[in-house]
Amino acid sequence: MSDPAWIHASLTTARPQAVAALLRYFRDLDRAEEAFQEACLRALKSWPEKGPPRDTVAWLIFVGRNFGVDQVRRTAKQTELPDEDKLSDLDDREADMVERLDNSHYRDDVLRLLFICCHPDLPATQQIPLALRIVSGLSVKEIARAFLVSEAAMEQRITRAKRAVAQAGREFETPNAVDRAERLGIVAAMVYLVFNEGYSATGGEVHVRAPLCVEAIRLVRLLLRLFPAEPEIMGLLALMLLQHARASARLDKTGNIVLLDDQDRTLWDRRAIDEGLVLVDKALRHRRPGQYQMQAAIAAVHARSTSPDETNWAEIDRLYQILERVQPSPIVTLNRAVAVAKVAGPDAALQLVEPLASPLSGYFHFHGLRGGLLMQLGRDEEAREAFNQAIGLAHTPAEAAHIRLQLDKLGQGKPALDKSQKRA
Amino acid sequence: MQYAILCYDREEIVEGWTQAEDDAVIAKHRAVEHDLAKKGRLGPTLRLLPTHAAMTVRSGDQPLVLDGPFAETKEQLLGLWIIDADSHEEALETAKKLASHKKTGALEVRPLRYFAAQKQVA
Repeated sequence: MSDPAWIHASLTTARPQAVAALLRYFRDLDRAEEAFQEACLRALKSWPEKGPPRDTVAWLIFVGRNFGVDQVRRTAKQTELPDEDKLSDLDDREADMVERLDNSHYRDDVLRLLFICCHPDLPATQQIPLALRIVSGLSVKEIARAFLVSEAAMEQRITRAKRAVAQAGREFETPNAVDRAERLGIVAAMVYLVFNEGYSATGGEVHVRAPLCVEAIRLVRLLLRLFPAEPEIMGLLALMLLQHARASARLDKTGNIVLLDDQDRTLWDRRAIDEGLVLVDKALRHRRPGQYQMQAAIAAVHARSTSPDETNWAEIDRLYQILERVQPSPIVTLNRAVAVAKVAGPDAALQLVEPLASPLSGYFHFHGLRGGLLMQLGRDEEAREAFNQAIGLAHTPAEAAHIRLQLDKLGQGKPALDKSQKRA
Repeated sequence: MQYAILCYDREEIVEGWTQAEDDAVIAKHRAVEHDLAKKGRLGPTLRLLPTHAAMTVRSGDQPLVLDGPFAETKEQLLGLWIIDADSHEEALETAKKLASHKKTGALEVRPLRYFAAQKQVA
């Protein structure tokens, strides 16, 4: 029980709830964080000797709150801190009291803490680091690495974000059902941003960014524990699990993207897929479709197919049509076009894609897909033009390399089918 | 006498284990299981998916399906079935049939993550 790894895991797990509760007491991020740090230090001293308390979260809140209150008093009166043993020697009755006091609040506390991190005044580049620092407790160094910036720059970014949040002064009273639902939606979007920040990384960066995906999954698991009957939260967790399950098949040895069709499906993480599939089924029973559920349902169709040929593209087309209704967006339509190309052929897909030219003229995947469809139709010159536009918009070397492969195929003068030779 | 040994732990911690940490714990369990299996004294072993994957079917003439794991502490675990189902829905249908014979209690429907039935069991 005195295994330091066990204590570390307990502290990491307890962090969001404990910091969130301390924030309710102190209404100040820095003070809440400092109180939690102190409680952790005392845990590291006390737990190996006395064993872990029955409720670690309650213990940390109790110790952190006492420390914070003492800090306030000490700055006022210069009084002594109570001695260590007195604080560490909480019996279960005291812990139980704190637990009863807080259990009904945890849900709103954690939501508030996350909500504060996605303040509308903050750009996403600040929201995500702030959440990772405050909620997840990642070090500034770890976050800086994930965002490929210097530690000093990241420190500054987080400090700025904290200042903006403090000045804004968030609501601290208990939210009503409408506020709660709205907060949950905003927070879910922020957690999905954290995930995407890790997921969309390519090439040599991927190993430093994967922890962001793991952290996002941990956060959405926490949300689901607090809101066990929210289909969109089930959908979001399912979506992340199903996408992350493919992580080890997404890049080849040289760091190039391997498209879904070409991935070695035996590398997919079956355990994550099983959990994701169950959650999709469970969410859809509610008959309240939302964007995460629909995206997860689409990912589930892929996850269920043991080979690309077995993929039920008609089902994917149908799910994208629902997604278009739930969340109309040219990008959703563009994605649907991929399914339409498989079900009804490149001509039908192109008809769906062409009207998107104006909203998506600056979007890499628009030109990439359009080029691919034109190539399938044998319209090589137009395809070449589209691919050239795509290359100009590529964000990563891997994206550009993929388009160059398509251009090479055009160079051979015969229409090739799509991306099938990617890994040859 | 046969015994069931039920495993309890803090789920948020166990779910936070890295693959390596998880593998290490499972390897230790395997060692114990191996000795029992050699003597023909090991029955099925199984691991459940996390509780958020669970649903609950409350007993009654028209069983009620609820999200989430079984949480009424005044009711105790009395037994279990392991079934094969093609979908969540099918598993719930089976649970409803089982739950409609009683007025009290509930059945938790939880997907399995891992199942091994030992041939050596007596």
